[in-house]
Amino acid sequence: MSGVIKNFMYLNRRAPYGTIYAWESLEVVLIGAAFDQDVSLAFVDDGVYQLVKGQQTAEIGMKNFSPTYSALGDYEVKKIFVETESLEERGLTPDDLQHLVWEDEDDDWAERDSIRFVSRAELAEIMEASDVVFSF
Amino acid sequence: MSTLHTVNKSPFEKNSLASCLSYAMTGGTVLMLEDGIYGALKGTKVEAQVKSALDNVKVYVLGPDLKARGFAEDRVIDGVKVVDYAGFVDLAAENDKVQAWL
Repeated sequence: MSGVIKNFMYLNRRAPYGTIYAWESLEVVLIGAAFDQDVSLAFVDDGVYQLVKGQQTAEIGMKNFSPTYSALGDYEVKKIFVETESLEERGLTPDDLQHLVWEDEDDDWAERDSIRFVSRAELAEIMEASDVVFSF
Repeated sequence: MSTLHTVNKSPFEKNSLASCLSYAMTGGTVLMLEDGIYGALKGTKVEAQVKSALDNVKVYVLGPDLKARGFAEDRVIDGVKVVDYAGFVDLAAENDKVQAWL
């Protein structure tokens, strides 16, 4: 990749299971993680539903891919932004979401929170500062 | 003539639920399923619409779709009943027709 590091943001705006977007995004993120770029994920609008904990899909006959989010830290994906307005409009709180962490190798593999709760205005700034935004 | 209206889209992404509720006649039945289940949850910005619809129509939500998306039955708006697949079949059989709001 000739040493050029770009900021890639994956923008997730769809609920899981009703459409394939959420699962496809996760697949692309995991593939992209192999290219040593500066990656962040943003969850806004119905995208916040992807991170709701306690998903049990046996009765709808679909794969429960929600445990995969907890593997993101192992793929050096450490910046996961969740927009607070989207949570509030949906009656959700941070407690409704999975607790995602990454391990800091510079600090004896201490666990650090991956999710940062940000306002729409803050996320707009972060998005603007990204080199590339992939929409799902 | 009684109708079972089904809504399978998120109320935050499409206006299927709002349209359905405005068309459903008194005595009708509405079932939220798939991504439509988000309309049945407490504390959302569409909760008031659903609550006011409960005065005129029966409202149901499909349990397996709630569970798949991580929501327990206690997160559902009071007055909205949870049904399983057999209950869905019963609702379809009890009504004269099924109308899907996609």
